[in-house]
Amino acid sequence: MPIDIDIAHVARLARLALDSDELERYRTQLGVILEHAARVQEIDTAGVEPTSHPLGFTNAFRSDEVAPSLDRDEVLAAAPDARDGYFVVPPALDQR
Amino acid sequence: MSHADLTILEAGAKLRAGELTSVQLVEDVLERAALTEAELHCYLHIDHGGARATAVAADRELRDGFDRGPLHGIPVAVKDNFCTRGIPTTCSSQILAGYRPPYDATAVARLRDAGAVLVGKTNLDEFAMGSSTENSAFGPSRNPWDPERVPGGSSGGSAAAVAVGSALGGFGSDTGGSIRQPASLTGVVGVKPTYGLVSRYGLVAFASSLDQIGPLARTVGDAVVLLSAVAGHDPSDATSYRGEVPDFGSELTLGVEGVRIGIVREFSGEGYEPAVAAAVADMVARLEEEGAKATELSLPTMALSLSAYYLIAPAECSANLARFDGVRYGLRVEGETVEEMMGRTRAEGFGPEVTRRILLGTYALSAGYYDAFYGQAQKVRTLVLEDFARAYSQVDVLVTPTSPTTAFRLGAKTQDPLSMYLSDVCTIPSNLAGHPAVSVPVGLDDSGLPIGFQVMAPALGEATMFRVAAEVERLAGFTSRPGLVAA
Repeated sequence: MPIDIDIAHVARLARLALDSDELERYRTQLGVILEHAARVQEIDTAGVEPTSHPLGFTNAFRSDEVAPSLDRDEVLAAAPDARDGYFVVPPALDQR
Repeated sequence: MSHADLTILEAGAKLRAGELTSVQLVEDVLERAALTEAELHCYLHIDHGGARATAVAADRELRDGFDRGPLHGIPVAVKDNFCTRGIPTTCSSQILAGYRPPYDATAVARLRDAGAVLVGKTNLDEFAMGSSTENSAFGPSRNPWDPERVPGGSSGGSAAAVAVGSALGGFGSDTGGSIRQPASLTGVVGVKPTYGLVSRYGLVAFASSLDQIGPLARTVGDAVVLLSAVAGHDPSDATSYRGEVPDFGSELTLGVEGVRIGIVREFSGEGYEPAVAAAVADMVARLEEEGAKATELSLPTMALSLSAYYLIAPAECSANLARFDGVRYGLRVEGETVEEMMGRTRAEGFGPEVTRRILLGTYALSAGYYDAFYGQAQKVRTLVLEDFARAYSQVDVLVTPTSPTTAFRLGAKTQDPLSMYLSDVCTIPSNLAGHPAVSVPVGLDDSGLPIGFQVMAPALGEATMFRVAAEVERLAGFTSRPGLVAA
């Protein structure tokens, strides 16, 4: 049976401003895909460790030395809005 | 004959014998692109000026006795999710339309150092999410064997370019089969190396624990040359492999006498086209005639790989794609608050498949569902690794079809995401395990469409994998070219 999800909540978490028709369409599609993906739950994994890295690497350390990085002006030039060496965005808090 | 139809090794020999210049080679490749692009749409951007200038420099260096190696002067295509300094890099997404990165991906920088000529940036499914190259915001690519059909994906542009000769070699990225499946559908060789062998620095991330860069080529020998140029540790990618890089071509001429080959029972039966199954079985029989020992094995967790993948890959993609928020690069759709701006930008900038996977991944990682979905998928990943380890205690390589079917028609699977996902069922396990795998063309079906044969090997087992692949190539004698360019 397709899995029912609170799609509006998920879309908010993902910062996707979707309209109600879009939300309904994705809710249906995700339900079908999740029903298939939920097969992983049929397996007994008691005592099995999760794998996050296939070759089992651990942390990669390097010495803490100053090295050249990308040119700031060149990086900012790609931004939709930048001023005085900063990225510019609308207010983070609603001022209305 | 156009020089666009030469292999990399053939062209390299002619360049060094003074029978060909890089300038001539690049002109032939650009001419091939001019003849085929309107129909196939392999490229999102062709860098005519840059390619010609690099070719002139390559010829001058060779004349001066400075030889950068087997890729010197060779025209190569790169998937448009590799950052290229000053050259548009869109990932086939509206959210990055017009973006020109301020740096080269490590793989691109290494190709330049190796003397390769970058022809351009190839089409892909948006952010490499898809199996047909139909999910491109800039229109699909088409299969040179039948333009009514897809070239596979997500590296469909690179695969089709190599197949048709608008590049001599290509690069893609493979998260669940995105190099091997299009290679299979377009009749070229496609390699996913061991995880970490090629730096992912500057490859726009999709699923970081699965993504790996690899080559597409017309022959196994060419694929070895391309991979050798980009492999090796890179301090800019903390996940890149720190050990010594294997000598990929060291076993190419050994044949398969005594090699133990496992046939994976789970990759047969329902859903597999009879022509595909027959071509694989026939190749196994021929390998046995050459002295290989074939055994049928069962890897029961293979059936679960697809389910685990469609939790792990979307989860990692939802985190990676959070960076596209209208702040630092790409599209911005204005809003009253920063949250409104981000929500509108992302809703407008991402296409449906990317949106679907971000939602899926966000859900799988969200409070209350993490253990049941993402956590459980990571445990299944452990079981997949254990299954492979058991198999490789008995055999040297595993063989399967690369994809259950040959190239399908445009539009055939776009309305049913799950059926599209199933075309990667044979390729996904190698990504979950971080193992290398290669697709080699072995023949055509009754409709004249290529069939791919997959050889999988344990981590860092590339030399033996290529040894078997080279023998498969020799036995198949696959020299057919797509109708568009057949002499």
